[in-house]
Amino acid sequence: MNEMNEVRKPPVATTGIIGWLRINLFFNWTNSLITLFVIYCLYQFIPWILDWTIFSADFKYNYLGEQITNQEMCSRNLDPENGGACWAVIYVRFYQFIYGFYPRVEVWRVNLAYVMLAFALLPLLYTKLPYRKYFLYFTYIFPVIAYFLLNGGLGFTEVSTNKWGGLLVTLVLGCTGIALAFPIGIMLALGRRSKLPVISMMCTLFIEFIRGVPLITLLFFGMVMLPLFLPEGIDMDGLVRVLVAVTLFQSAYMAEVIRGGLQAIPPGQYEAAKSLGMSYWRMNLLIILPQAIRISIPPIVNTSIGLFKDTTLVIIVGILDLLGIGRGTLADTNWLGLSYEIYFFVSLVFFIFTFGMSRYSLYLEKKLKTGINMGAD
Amino acid sequence: MVGNFKLNKSIIGINLLICYREAIFEKRYLNNYLNGENNMKKLLSIFAVLAFAFSAHAGTLDDVKNRGFLKCGVTTGLAGFAAPDDSGEWAGLDADMCRAVAVAVFGDRSKVEFITTTGKSRFPTLASGEVDMLARNTTWTISRDVNLGFEFVGVNFYDGQGFMVPSALGVSSATELDGATVCIQTGTTTELNLADFFRLNGISYEALPIETNDEGKENLFAGRCDVYTTDASGLSSTRAAASNPDKWVVLPEIISKEPLGPLVRHGDHQWGDVVRWSLNAMIIAEELGITSENVDAQMSSNVPEVLRLLGVEGNYGEMLELSNDWAYQIIKQIGNYSESYEANVGPDTPLEIARGLNALWTQGGILYAPPFR
Repeated sequence: MNEMNEVRKPPVATTGIIGWLRINLFFNWTNSLITLFVIYCLYQFIPWILDWTIFSADFKYNYLGEQITNQEMCSRNLDPENGGACWAVIYVRFYQFIYGFYPRVEVWRVNLAYVMLAFALLPLLYTKLPYRKYFLYFTYIFPVIAYFLLNGGLGFTEVSTNKWGGLLVTLVLGCTGIALAFPIGIMLALGRRSKLPVISMMCTLFIEFIRGVPLITLLFFGMVMLPLFLPEGIDMDGLVRVLVAVTLFQSAYMAEVIRGGLQAIPPGQYEAAKSLGMSYWRMNLLIILPQAIRISIPPIVNTSIGLFKDTTLVIIVGILDLLGIGRGTLADTNWLGLSYEIYFFVSLVFFIFTFGMSRYSLYLEKKLKTGINMGAD
Repeated sequence: MVGNFKLNKSIIGINLLICYREAIFEKRYLNNYLNGENNMKKLLSIFAVLAFAFSAHAGTLDDVKNRGFLKCGVTTGLAGFAAPDDSGEWAGLDADMCRAVAVAVFGDRSKVEFITTTGKSRFPTLASGEVDMLARNTTWTISRDVNLGFEFVGVNFYDGQGFMVPSALGVSSATELDGATVCIQTGTTTELNLADFFRLNGISYEALPIETNDEGKENLFAGRCDVYTTDASGLSSTRAAASNPDKWVVLPEIISKEPLGPLVRHGDHQWGDVVRWSLNAMIIAEELGITSENVDAQMSSNVPEVLRLLGVEGNYGEMLELSNDWAYQIIKQIGNYSESYEANVGPDTPLEIARGLNALWTQGGILYAPPFR
């Protein structure tokens, strides 16, 4: 009896670290070979990159202890053997990278807008937030507040969008594009599937036209052609014109993503909703869209990330976003030749944002269990 | 008046669309673009007729005065010509040009808003009236001056295509570059100039196509090409960006003409005059030896042209509808041409561009301004 009660442990080779290693890294000889090769590459690469980015890098002072004010004072330019990255350029230009040419006395408005953005996003991202309802009210009015705060009016001095730049422009373009494109995209997707030929044709035409041209062309269209079609005397701001182009572009893609979700909904759902006497809008709002959007989360996040990165194209029409400020910095005779540092920094900022988005979408998918087969629900 | 106004609108519309087209095709697929021009033009004219809603552009000077500041188109960043400094102020030769005009109109160097434009967006931006002038490193060519409906009011920098090689190569002239690998931006006029130059001199080369200046720099520094060719000012900034600039030399040959200057919209001569004479005033000031430091002392000079320039005698400011001390203010607040040149691109800056063609005509260059009388 005693012998039977004794629980036999699984073999050492299948549990713990050793088991994990065997299964994941050394499963067979090709697997082992690749693992060893990758470890060798990392061994070669990691110390070098750490040394360049951190240990030998200048952050504010060079190795002589002087505060760096131009590229000639960087350790690596004083002594090529001695220095790593020269992050002083980021330190000196940090303000421009984050706010562009926004006047310094007014910059608290941008900071406030950044903080408010975080509060506005909170109830959207985290549904278990206490008092979420009140937070949501704030989210709805946030765009209006942000407009007056950043642009001026209502007692604030006006700051022309020409002075905006850096991360501010990137975020304004990215957030507005993504936020506006979502409802427009839903309407377009529903419109394209509509049984009314005029509506479905118009939506299809719009989507196909916008998807058929590159974003650069749309940006140019917004920048150059849009003023021609506006009534005389209306002077549209350059950033707004770009925003229009970006939003149109994103909504066409969003529409197709959501249409994909709509098509995955089994006809039974429509029939069930109709048999309950629901109207078209009630059916879509309560039954169809919640399911369709749920399964579309990965592609929605995918196109959003795509848009966030595509905003760098606005440099073509002369708006200095984060990357544009980086390039402007490179053109300053004080900071010539620091392209590695600047591009590294810009990519890092973009990575933080896009990685955050993709992580959040994973969390959302897990929470909503999108993996479950909808038909069998 | 009404008829004239409508005509103006459609002309602007057409120009704008032509600009857009040039922007897209600029320096690329030059031949295709020339062949397709006629059909394109028809199509664009139809668009232009449809596309009304544009105001006439007479009286830019009044517009600027009413607005209270100048809108000046500059590059998104080009070393020595226009780039934001650490405090976010635009600095450079072109930025100074913008400031000089602002000073002429308002007597205040800060009354200018810099609008960043790219090679593609600069002409539409000017044509649509979004900027009052461009000081954007733009080469004066016949098609831009005539066909696009702009007016180049002068030249603030004479540039030209040059060559840069590692000094270890031991080459002192571009004619010794037989068999060299050349880094060259594809589809540009520089490529055509290069082919012409090598054919004329009966020597051969191998082209390494690149897309951007950064790419050219990296390829040259890594030794993947022996020679990098682009405009001389661009070569200087590339050289300045090297970890050891002395290892690179810019060869003496300049194989193309690239006169860069400020431009305004065609047809508004009053405004054109203001910009033209703001530039000329800086050049004349150098000629007469007036600098930002000695300008106050020069007010009591006995040279008649100095007195005319500084507004002590004559009413030249009035003719331009500016205050009479406009040129004095430019020299006081911006400096003469030489001061601006030395501060932004001259031998003491990292760019180290010698005056060369940009010296005064009296000093071996071709900088020449009409007399101030």
